[in-house]
Amino acid sequence: MFSKAFAVFQKDFHSEIRTRYAINSLAMFIIVAISVIMFAVGQEKISAGLTGGLFWVVIFFTAMSGLSRIFVSEEERGTSLTLQLTASPSTVFSGKLIFNVVLVFCMNTVIALLYAALFESFIIQNFLLFFLSFFFGNIGLAISSTIIAAIIAKAGAKGTLYPVLSFPILLPLILTSVQLTLFALDGTAIKEARFELAIIVSYDVVMLTVSYLLFDFIWKD
Amino acid sequence: MSDYSVSALDLNMTFGRRLIFSKINFSFVDNGIYGISGPNGSGKSTLVKIISGLLSPSAGKIVHKNSNREIIPEKLHNYIGFVSPYLVLYEEFSAWENLIYYAKIRGILLDRDIVTDLLNRFLLYNRRDDLIKTYSSGMKQRMKFVFALIHKPQLLILDEPTSNLDEEGKKSAYDIIKEEAEKNIVIIASNEQADLHLCSELLDLMNYKAV
Repeated sequence: MFSKAFAVFQKDFHSEIRTRYAINSLAMFIIVAISVIMFAVGQEKISAGLTGGLFWVVIFFTAMSGLSRIFVSEEERGTSLTLQLTASPSTVFSGKLIFNVVLVFCMNTVIALLYAALFESFIIQNFLLFFLSFFFGNIGLAISSTIIAAIIAKAGAKGTLYPVLSFPILLPLILTSVQLTLFALDGTAIKEARFELAIIVSYDVVMLTVSYLLFDFIWKD
Repeated sequence: MSDYSVSALDLNMTFGRRLIFSKINFSFVDNGIYGISGPNGSGKSTLVKIISGLLSPSAGKIVHKNSNREIIPEKLHNYIGFVSPYLVLYEEFSAWENLIYYAKIRGILLDRDIVTDLLNRFLLYNRRDDLIKTYSSGMKQRMKFVFALIHKPQLLILDEPTSNLDEEGKKSAYDIIKEEAEKNIVIIASNEQADLHLCSELLDLMNYKAV
């Protein structure tokens, strides 16, 4: 099944390169959001805690601006029916998930690099903990965004529904990721952050399982 | 000779309170061309979508069997070729790219000889590297036949197969349909008399409107 799912990913990647459905909106949102934060902060020196919080705010809203395209573009172009006739639901979901995972990692790496370059207080003391929170946070974000995108793609008011539906589902992930980022910024040991790490890993496992179970019903009319 | 069969058992479909059809029973076992007819809005497209697993019926069930073993919904797409005007290929890709991607997603190797032959028969070979968005609606419809046949399906479902086709395109489509009917089951849903004349059995949906 992996080769078929990878083919779905390749198709979406090639399509994205040609159409720039998601990349343009994500890139613009990252630039605008970080610029607005910088203008708002001005010459003020903000704390590491606030920077860590704002880091995930930018990630959340950037995800809201672009990650739904993976299913919405199929519905808008009318190609979802063709895809349904070509692959099983689990293959489609796996392919779309791989695409969103890659997109989330690229997008959030750019955000992290910009933060590190532009905000003095964004100094990571525990790099391994930051990496773990970044990795599991991104995986969770990609899984949740993909399944929510599949749900809202069938609805009428797609643009409004995506952040509304995402907020309660992503809240546990965002809160835990913010906490872990704060730990990484103030140099807390991994041992002391194990409870938060367990929450974020559990969230990923639960969301992945639920997504695969639900997708069959969502994908079909 | 195919061992494929498709049967409907007490099929009912309603959209809200509106009855589309009820108590449809059929069994297509032998190779050949089977027709579904009825005026606009009678539920022809709905029925072919149910047969192909794209829609679930309100009641009843469709059973697909291959060599007397029931096919699970997860695998059904491997056995079905589907052509309809509402099917859309990726417009940002060329015809050839579309076929390569669909073959990869299906997990099959694209048989270049078969594809070249089909593209030639539908007069698309010289335009195979052009983006689908540059095609006319008739060319897109012809391309859907190629898409439907690349994986050698055992059940070919054609919803308004000659829609948008010129005389040459219709001739190519009819030739392909007759060839496929010799080794597989072909279901045609149409209003066109020329399409329905090909069918050995006809299911008129107007006979299935009673509750």
